[in-house]
Amino acid sequence: MLDLGCGGGELLSRLIEEKQVRAQGIEINEEAIHRCVAIGLSVFQEDIDTGLSEYADKSFDYVILDQTFQQVKKPDFVLKEALRVGKRTIVGFPNFLHISARFQMFLGGRVPVTPSLPYEWYDTPNLHFLSIADFMEYCRKREIRIEKSAFVAKSRQVRVFPNLFAEIGIFLLSK
Amino acid sequence: MIGPSKGLDMDKYFVVCSNIIGGCKGSTGPSSTNPKTGQPYGLDFPLITIGDMVNAQKHLIDHLGIEKLLTVIGGSMGGMQVLQWTVAYPDRIRSAIPIATTMKHTPQQIAFNEVGRQAIMADPNWKKGRYYGSAIPAKGLSVARMIGHITYMSDVSMAEKFGRKFKTNKEPYKFGAEFEVEGYLHYRGDNFVKRFDANSYLYITKAIDYFNILNGKNLTDIFKGLKAKVLVIAFKSDWLYPAYQSQEIVKALKLAGVDASYCEINSTYGHDAFLLEVEEETHLIKHFLNTVSNGKSGD
Repeated sequence: MLDLGCGGGELLSRLIEEKQVRAQGIEINEEAIHRCVAIGLSVFQEDIDTGLSEYADKSFDYVILDQTFQQVKKPDFVLKEALRVGKRTIVGFPNFLHISARFQMFLGGRVPVTPSLPYEWYDTPNLHFLSIADFMEYCRKREIRIEKSAFVAKSRQVRVFPNLFAEIGIFLLSK
Repeated sequence: MIGPSKGLDMDKYFVVCSNIIGGCKGSTGPSSTNPKTGQPYGLDFPLITIGDMVNAQKHLIDHLGIEKLLTVIGGSMGGMQVLQWTVAYPDRIRSAIPIATTMKHTPQQIAFNEVGRQAIMADPNWKKGRYYGSAIPAKGLSVARMIGHITYMSDVSMAEKFGRKFKTNKEPYKFGAEFEVEGYLHYRGDNFVKRFDANSYLYITKAIDYFNILNGKNLTDIFKGLKAKVLVIAFKSDWLYPAYQSQEIVKALKLAGVDASYCEINSTYGHDAFLLEVEEETHLIKHFLNTVSNGKSGD
C-alpha cells in the first residue's frame, strides 16, 4: 500500500497491524515524518504534487489518498498518477455540499465550518472544494471506474442521499 | 551523536569507528613509512578509492569476529562509504544510514576539490609530495581548508555567525584579515595544518571525486536485492551535497523495492548541519535503530 499524505502514519500502522500489509508513506511535513520513523514506518519526505515518477505502473495493490485529495495543488495530476501506480486507489474527501454546509452558505451567507470541514477560510489546508456528485461526475468524465463507495457522517454510514447527508465520501477506484 | 543515551547509544550498541586508509590518523597513508624504502610513501602511495576504504573496514569487521553490523552510518564521504557497503557487502549489514551524501560527485563538487588540491600543489613547500622532514606546504593546505569551510557553511549561517563584523585586532598590513569571517577562515586553516597531512588531502579528495556507486549499472539495478533497511537523511540548506542528490539515492532504492525512508531536515547550517543539527538526527537515528534491532529486517 502507498499512502499519499500519510501524516503521522496512524492509518498505515493500523493497516500493518490489523491487515499485515506492506506499506510505504509519502508526507511533506517534517514533524510528521519524525513520528512515522518513530513507529518504524517506511516513509519519504516528498511533495506528491510532483508526481510518483519513481514508481512503476501498477507497482502497488492500493494507493490511498485519505483527506489528501482536496489539499494538493494538482488533484487531477496526483489522482492520475495514483491510478497509474496502484492497481486500485482509495480516495476519501470531505463533502463540501453536506446539508449543514448548504445551510451555512444559503442562510448564513458564510463559508461553512463543519466537523468534516473544520477550518476557517483564512486558515485551511483545503485547496479544492467538491461535493460527492462533483466527484462522481469527475470520475465519469475521466473514465475512472468507481468499484465501491461508502459515505460517513458522525461516524455512521450514510446510505441515502449521500450528496446531502454524507460528511465524508470514500471511493474505491480503478482505471 | 555517539555516547551513552545519544543517537548511537553506547549503552545499547558497540560502535566501531576506524580511520580511513589513505588518512593520517592511524591508518596507512602517504605519510606512513614505506617498508621498501624506509621513507614516507609520499606520491608513491597508490590512489585509493572509497571501495578500498570499505574493504579495509570489512577486514576489520572480520577480524573482530562480527558477522553482521546493526548499521553502517556516515555523512558526506562517510555516506559514500555507507552506500559502498550496501553494494559491496549487503549481507553484512542489517541497515544503512547515508547522510548528506551523493551517488557520485557533480562537476561542481569536483571543481571545489580541484581548487583545494591546486592550492596545495602550488605551495612551493609541497615539492611534489616530498616535504616530510622539512617545511610543510602549510599555506597551501590552509587555503584548501578555507575553501572547504566555506562550502560547509551556508549564506544564512555565515551571515548569522559573522555578519560584517570586524576582528577586534585588525591586521597591521593592507590585505590582512580584517573581517571576522576572514579571521575565522585563517584560524581554521592554521589549525587544520597542525593535525592533517597535505598529501592525505590530495588522496582523499581524489577518492571522493572518483566515487560513483552506479559504475555503469542502471539506477534500477544498483540496490537490487538489498535486504537491509535504509534511512536516507539530507539537510535543506546543504548546497555542497544538496538534497536532490539524496533524493536520487531514494529513487534508486525505490526502484529496487528496498525498505527505505527519507527525511529532509530543516536547517540553515549548510553541509555542516549533519554535524550540528544533532537533535533531529538523534531522534530519527535512535528510533530507526530501535526498529531495526527489534524487527527482522535484513536477517
